[in-house]
Amino acid sequence: MSDQEYTPKSKAGKWFNDRLPLLTLGSHLTDYPTPKNLNYWWTFGGILTFCLMTQIITGIVLAMHYVAHADLAFASVEHIMRNVNFGWLIRYIHSNGASMFFLAVYIHIFRSLFYGSYKSPREVIWIIGLLIYLLMMATAFMGYVLPWGQMSFWGATVITSLFSAIPLIGESITTWLWGAYSVDNPTLNRFFSLHYLFPFLISGLVILHIWALHVPGNNNPIGIDLKKPSKDTVPFHPYITIKDAFALLLFMIIFSGFVFFSPNVLGHSDNYIPANPLVTPAHIVPEWYLLPFYAILRSVPDKLGGVILMFGSIFILFILPWLDTSKVRSAVFRPMYRYFYWIFVIDVLLLGYMGAMPAEGIYLALARIGTIYYFLHFIVVLPVLGLFEKTDPVPMSISEPVLSSGGDPALAKKDYDKI
Amino acid sequence: MIRFNSKRLILVILSTLIFINPLFSAESIDPIKVNWSFKELTGKFDRASLQRGFQVYKEVCASCHSMQYLSYRNLGEPGGPEFTEEEVKAIAASVEIEDGPDSQGEMFTRTGKPSDKFKSPYPNVEASTAANGGAYPPDMSVLVKARPGGADYMYSVLMGYEEPPAGMKLDDGVYYNKYMIGQKIKMASPLAEGIVEYSDGTEATMDQMAKDVTTFLAWAAEPELEERHRVGFKVIIYLLLLTILVYLSMKKIWSRVDSEI
Repeated sequence: MSDQEYTPKSKAGKWFNDRLPLLTLGSHLTDYPTPKNLNYWWTFGGILTFCLMTQIITGIVLAMHYVAHADLAFASVEHIMRNVNFGWLIRYIHSNGASMFFLAVYIHIFRSLFYGSYKSPREVIWIIGLLIYLLMMATAFMGYVLPWGQMSFWGATVITSLFSAIPLIGESITTWLWGAYSVDNPTLNRFFSLHYLFPFLISGLVILHIWALHVPGNNNPIGIDLKKPSKDTVPFHPYITIKDAFALLLFMIIFSGFVFFSPNVLGHSDNYIPANPLVTPAHIVPEWYLLPFYAILRSVPDKLGGVILMFGSIFILFILPWLDTSKVRSAVFRPMYRYFYWIFVIDVLLLGYMGAMPAEGIYLALARIGTIYYFLHFIVVLPVLGLFEKTDPVPMSISEPVLSSGGDPALAKKDYDKI
Repeated sequence: MIRFNSKRLILVILSTLIFINPLFSAESIDPIKVNWSFKELTGKFDRASLQRGFQVYKEVCASCHSMQYLSYRNLGEPGGPEFTEEEVKAIAASVEIEDGPDSQGEMFTRTGKPSDKFKSPYPNVEASTAANGGAYPPDMSVLVKARPGGADYMYSVLMGYEEPPAGMKLDDGVYYNKYMIGQKIKMASPLAEGIVEYSDGTEATMDQMAKDVTTFLAWAAEPELEERHRVGFKVIIYLLLLTILVYLSMKKIWSRVDSEI
């Protein structure tokens, strides 16, 4: 990295820094050269860090009052809501916080898809990010089980039963996961334990994610390599910190809107009915952020096939850096990819919508089309596009929009305004 | 060349969703929309309506429906019916609570205290189900939050009892209610004109009672609602002011760089 050697000013600081270079790390983080043209889609990394910390802090407080027992869990949540000082606030921040976390992570992921941030040399950042996303989904799913309402119980039943689709050993694996012969008290207990553990694993991966980011540095809206530091970069502090703070505050206003004025709109009303193994809800639906995958799962008539496709839809993202054959990173200079990008966005939204609907008739048909297109996008569109697409000329640097093909600089300036 | 920009994208997505939405509307009847005082962003409960609603609950609902997560003291707390301390004590004292075991190992009964939970009409779910023709009368503590239509749905079901349409056969103990899912309900219409005599002199019409008891149930499910709205306003105003300050600081800091932000 291009950091200049850092020496603490005070003697004590120098003494400490020679033994553990925390101050050097701090200096690296504040001086970290960042592209000056980062737009607001780049503020979601900071927002996500805030979300993770919020979930951990509120979660630790909730765990002080929550009882992980099939007979007591529902009542303990009501106890938090009614008797714990500001318990309602802490729980609503935690439950809505999960949704806000996913909202932010989806924007973060789709930003990466648009600007090609997953491409060389940032593949490892991308893969660590996907691991974080997988752990987030597991954590959120197990957290949703903890209130032990109807959706908790039946959601847990549906998702854990997926493992029974594995040939030969499926049934044994499911029983092992449950710790019983159905979703029951042992299941609740282990879900609570893992729900408490996973956020700390996520924290560790977040550190690796940022570490891996600081090796090549940030991608940027025009997706070109920058000299660092240079006229194209600004120090992370105060330029990026203040911009992240501004975006975070806007995010917190929306977050507060949910927490204070419609705290249950993102949840399912059935989860205020205590879990009852004898009564199946009319429609079992997961939380909104898992719906696209739920739609893919149900669009396959065969159970094992559905499970494979659902996991495949996430694992295909891991090889995305090698599926996308285009040398140009940013969609700003890829006219064809831009179209396919938005079609893909709409496809995922459509799948999400179908996931919330009963799997029959037109919903099922649309879900199947959506599923097929989802995979086509990665397996066909991206590899082929890189070979045939005629990309727009890419500028040499941020400050000097000189076109590599010697085009009109005024035109290049116009391109900038679109970014 | 057509360039996509974010505005156009949002338009496309919204119009797509609006277009496909009617294809998916479910066949259930929408509940009656009521203009509840607690619905708006600054919404508060109508204190008198909450007190009347409690009376309807106590005299009508409570004979079958439990409300196990509430305590009598909640009735006197701010943001609720706000009965006086004496009234709360009197309400609690009107029930006999089983307590114990005492130092001899015996269970005993005593009069209720404000700290007691609402006394349930049946000892357990099974007893409750058996006594009600095989249909468990759900606990009412969070009932409003446990139904998709919330308070509107509660009110609609209370008002939705009708003669079944010609040709529809109903078993004994099953009633027709157009707002219930499947239009069948195992609870007879709980309300009838004048079934309650309001202590504040309000005329006990069906509509009045349905509104009052629904208001009471909405409070029972969300006793924090008024405080939540109040704190929410303070938080959002604080965040807005801070956002403006941070925005101005950001402009100032970035003015040193030749880039637009």
